[in-house]
Amino acid sequence: MVKPTRITNTIRATREAAGMTQAEVARRIGVTRQTLIAIEQGKYSPSLELAFQLSRLFGVAIDDLFQYPTDAADGATA
Amino acid sequence: MGYVERNTWSQLIASAVGTIVYLALVLPQVWSLPVGEIAWQWPMVWTIVGAIVVSIVISILWGIGAGMRDPDEEHRADQRDREIEHLGDRVGQAFMVIGGLAALILAMVQAEWFWIGNAVFAGFFLSAFIGGIARIVVYRRGMP
Repeated sequence: MVKPTRITNTIRATREAAGMTQAEVARRIGVTRQTLIAIEQGKYSPSLELAFQLSRLFGVAIDDLFQYPTDAADGATA
Repeated sequence: MGYVERNTWSQLIASAVGTIVYLALVLPQVWSLPVGEIAWQWPMVWTIVGAIVVSIVISILWGIGAGMRDPDEEHRADQRDREIEHLGDRVGQAFMVIGGLAALILAMVQAEWFWIGNAVFAGFFLSAFIGGIARIVVYRRGMP
């Protein structure tokens, strides 16, 4: 019925490697802990602004945090 | 479960309970009285007011319980909550329109006030209930 986002991410692993808690990351990017959990589980695609905030918080490129499958006809052709 | 999701559950429970109470008060009259004599106005008013009050009470009590379990819990809506709220509104809006159109058609054919009032009420209820269900599904399963 509801198709979750196809975007995957490595936020949880990156966060754990940085030694940060979900609550701390959520507070620093201005979202609730539930929203961070949803992002980590791939149930919610954050806005571009949130993606940049996460990437800067962890000091990694956005491409290292978020992945999108390249094989599908995703309708993104120009 | 976050603050806004809890409020959504509270509204969903209250609207369901309110409508069940209303139907329990009014439906028996439908079969036993002429439509024009059915006392539906005040039961509708009180169940709507009651549902709002019950929703607030559930939300407060649930919030107190959640706050005792997790004192650091945030009581605010964020970007995801707002997106889910908008999605629920879009889903629910269709039923509001259907209720309004039904009432309009009933008025055109000069139906009893009972049917017109209840068509609008059904639109409100379905809008709130189906919109609430949509929100809960998205909270649980993720954004489409």
